[in-house]
Amino acid sequence: MKRERKRSNAPIFWALFGAGGMLSALLGPMLVFITGIAVPLGLLLPADTMSYPKMLAFAQNWIGKGFIFAIIALFLWHAAHRLFHSLHDVGIHAGTGAKLICYGLAMLATILAAYALLAVGF
Amino acid sequence: MNKRRPYVRSMDGWWRKNPFFVEYMIHEGTALFVAAYAAILLTGLVRLAQGEAAWNHWLTALKNPWYIGFHVLALIAIGYHTYTWFKIMPRTMPPVVVGGKRLSAGAITGGGLAVAAAASLALLALVWGMAR
Repeated sequence: MKRERKRSNAPIFWALFGAGGMLSALLGPMLVFITGIAVPLGLLLPADTMSYPKMLAFAQNWIGKGFIFAIIALFLWHAAHRLFHSLHDVGIHAGTGAKLICYGLAMLATILAAYALLAVGF
Repeated sequence: MNKRRPYVRSMDGWWRKNPFFVEYMIHEGTALFVAAYAAILLTGLVRLAQGEAAWNHWLTALKNPWYIGFHVLALIAIGYHTYTWFKIMPRTMPPVVVGGKRLSAGAITGGGLAVAAAASLALLALVWGMAR
């Protein structure tokens, strides 16, 4: 017996939400501390930790590219999903338009990150 | 014209009346900081692709007190996200059975937080090792 069933796309968004949530839970606070506090204020880490040659070399390396891409894309998919589902809680009807804006922005950012990582070179 | 005016109870500020929902809104709200931080990193990545001058401009901008202030708030918010992520985990993951007994909620939360602490220290050590 074969029956066409419309499959939900929710598991995809939920998986991205979960992956981004886990990644940001594990590494988020330390990343914020390193890039946003320690390096700008010259605390703890060497002064040239995020210098142009070092960051360029990191972004040109395949492992570095993968790390940067995973952090930016998954953080944004996590946030997009969570904010989309919080819209109802703050009294905004979460329809197709809101879904397009939330997931669309995450998709655009993902494409932009991939493009920049390719533009950085190898 | 519609003369019927049925009573609809206002839902304004519903979550402020119950501490459970206040906490819920705060932990859902951490996503705003995750998104803003990722947007800052994405800007940095684009600047890196644009060349040395653009990158240095971005790096200097991070020293602005407003950015430092934002990152301090983001550190608190995302740190709270880490705590709530693993606090909720016993209810979001399938039951884990070890030796015929279900793994306790405390063990899952504690284990998750320990892994997060270890991962954070490993990341700091890795960055420190790569930078020197």
